[in-house]
Amino acid sequence: MTISVRALMGACALSALASVAAAETTITVATVNNGDMIRMQTLMDDFYAKNPDIKVEWVTLEENELRQRVTTDIATKGGQFDVLTIGTYEVPIWGKQGWLVGLNDLPAEYDVDDLLPAIRGGLTVDGTLYASPFYGESSMVMYRKDLMEAAGLTMPDAPTWADIKAAAAAMTNKDAEIYGICLRGKAGWGENMAFLTAMSNSFGAKWFDENWQPQFDQQPWKDTVSFYLDLMNNYGPPGAANNGFNENLSLFQQGKCGMWIDATVAASFVTGADSTVADKVGFALAPDNGLGKRGNWLWAWSLGIPAGSQKVDAAKAFVNWATNKEYLALVASKEGWANVPPGTRTSLYSNEEYAKVPFAKMTIDSINAADPNAPTVDKVPYVGVQFVAIPEFQGIGTAVGQQLSAVLAGQTSLEEGLAAAQQLTVREMTRAGYIK
Amino acid sequence: MPRRISNSQKTMTTVAAWTIGVLIFFPILWIFILSFKAEGDAIGTPLHVISSAWTFDAYGEVQGRSDYFKHFWNSVVLSLGSTLIGLAIAIPAAWSMAFVPGKRTKDLLMWMLSTKMMPAAGVLVPIYLIFRDLGLLDTRIGLVAILTLVNLPIIVWMLYTYFKEIPGEILEAARMDGASLRSEILYVLTPMAIPGIASTMLLNIILAWNEAFWTLRLTAASAAPLTAFIASYSSPEGLFYAKLSAASVMAIAPILIMGWFSQKQLVRGLTFGAVK
Repeated sequence: MTISVRALMGACALSALASVAAAETTITVATVNNGDMIRMQTLMDDFYAKNPDIKVEWVTLEENELRQRVTTDIATKGGQFDVLTIGTYEVPIWGKQGWLVGLNDLPAEYDVDDLLPAIRGGLTVDGTLYASPFYGESSMVMYRKDLMEAAGLTMPDAPTWADIKAAAAAMTNKDAEIYGICLRGKAGWGENMAFLTAMSNSFGAKWFDENWQPQFDQQPWKDTVSFYLDLMNNYGPPGAANNGFNENLSLFQQGKCGMWIDATVAASFVTGADSTVADKVGFALAPDNGLGKRGNWLWAWSLGIPAGSQKVDAAKAFVNWATNKEYLALVASKEGWANVPPGTRTSLYSNEEYAKVPFAKMTIDSINAADPNAPTVDKVPYVGVQFVAIPEFQGIGTAVGQQLSAVLAGQTSLEEGLAAAQQLTVREMTRAGYIK
Repeated sequence: MPRRISNSQKTMTTVAAWTIGVLIFFPILWIFILSFKAEGDAIGTPLHVISSAWTFDAYGEVQGRSDYFKHFWNSVVLSLGSTLIGLAIAIPAAWSMAFVPGKRTKDLLMWMLSTKMMPAAGVLVPIYLIFRDLGLLDTRIGLVAILTLVNLPIIVWMLYTYFKEIPGEILEAARMDGASLRSEILYVLTPMAIPGIASTMLLNIILAWNEAFWTLRLTAASAAPLTAFIASYSSPEGLFYAKLSAASVMAIAPILIMGWFSQKQLVRGLTFGAVK
């Protein structure tokens, strides 16, 4: 063997050794496509500086697509993902199934006690935190201060549904294409049913009684839906049965809505550069009926680690980086306080700089006004404010949503719609074994 | 003598053909228009969309955020790979069915087609488990295999109908001249069926390129093709029409261009044997 060949072999062996020494762990993060998550991807230099041996690959998918994708993977322990972005709906179900890695051992600087209690409660099963909140949201009233003023009204910080109706009536001017109120009408468990379920809580309604009997045949649901129809038919935009978050956002930004009750995260959009009414928006808590519950929901996009992951340590390092206090400060320093992911930490809301953001206070008050463990006026056997945290809910919620969307579109009557909702829910719950 | 067609008939058919053409093409045109709009304008009324300012912002953002070329390359590998392997299996299969049919050939063909009627979601979990155990999740090899299997019935069927049009006597003549089975298929049958094979190939590339069930569910970060690239731009909370449209245009452009250049082949292949 010639010397040069030997030298070459030696060099190869050395470089192989060197590559082993610098071996990096690659983790795959599955995430939804929303502003805060996309922003995180642009701030990864900070993570790489702190964790030079971890590389992150992103899989970004639309919410429903992501849900199906990660559910298949986690149920079969496919191990394709090391960190999942999941909602408050999945965490209690998956935690109970043993599909998620517990996060009680995150380092001290993570400061778990700083998490907002309502959000933390929704992500904890039997004392174990199964996902770390990345951003939290509730829902609230966004309204046009100028239109309210012109109508000679003031919006209370904590309005009742009667206040909302009066304001909607006063602001509506259909000739000028201004509609008093814009609400979700598009069918889906995360679309119209998120709004209507949260609204029904304030009317004393509930999905199930303590024996898991569906309650759509009871008076509170009838009151909820007829009030919703009254608002939408008299003061809502045309074609509202097709409107979801994005359609209403567009209408509000174009100045066509007097009020919009939807996710607190919308506040940064309606006051942002794309909005024609950015400086005229006021915020109030979601309405109530004096029964002790408000019509606002609670949701958090959180990071969880599937039990099938082979890289739990690297995944935990990433979850810690993305959801601890330092990350919030990092976003603030690069993008400004208004762009910090809201609704996860108490310390953010005691920060003087953050208090200057116009929607900060109303967001935290809304989050604190929701309790996923006691969402309704009466006692119920389920967890979840705008959903019921059982695996069957996605299907049932969407089917009921279709019935109520058809009622809004005028295709069926209120009585028929609720009767159909009751019937299909009874059928599915019997089939699933909840009703004996 | 050619049949005489009046001018008014000609105008009518032209107008009808253009109307149908525009109707079919309209969604693509609209996606194209939206991709050059700002997010706020893209969700407005159609009139507003047309009259608002044009911009390249959406393309810039999509380019900045995702690795287009990685997804593009995966799409190329998956569609070409699955089509070529599919053809390699389907040409001999279609030959035997067309020229040496057995008693059950028709049933076999129907059975193959019937597998296309099964909803893919029904076999998702078993396939996922098999892929997991074989280590094929999120690999191009695994996806090429599944896309080959998914499209194989169509390839066999298309080739079978093309081969049926070729007179068996020509192959017999080749056999008389001492051609082996291999040379018979390779040098006699295949050249005569080139238009049919070409159109089968083109159609399958398009089918594999657009396949969005398996390519989304069996991939994660490394083997994801352009379908996953598009899916990453839809969002339930936030405006995304312009970016989604830009991503869609970028994803369909290669296949559209390919279709444009090969439309003669495609049409020739699709109508091959239509006149008996």
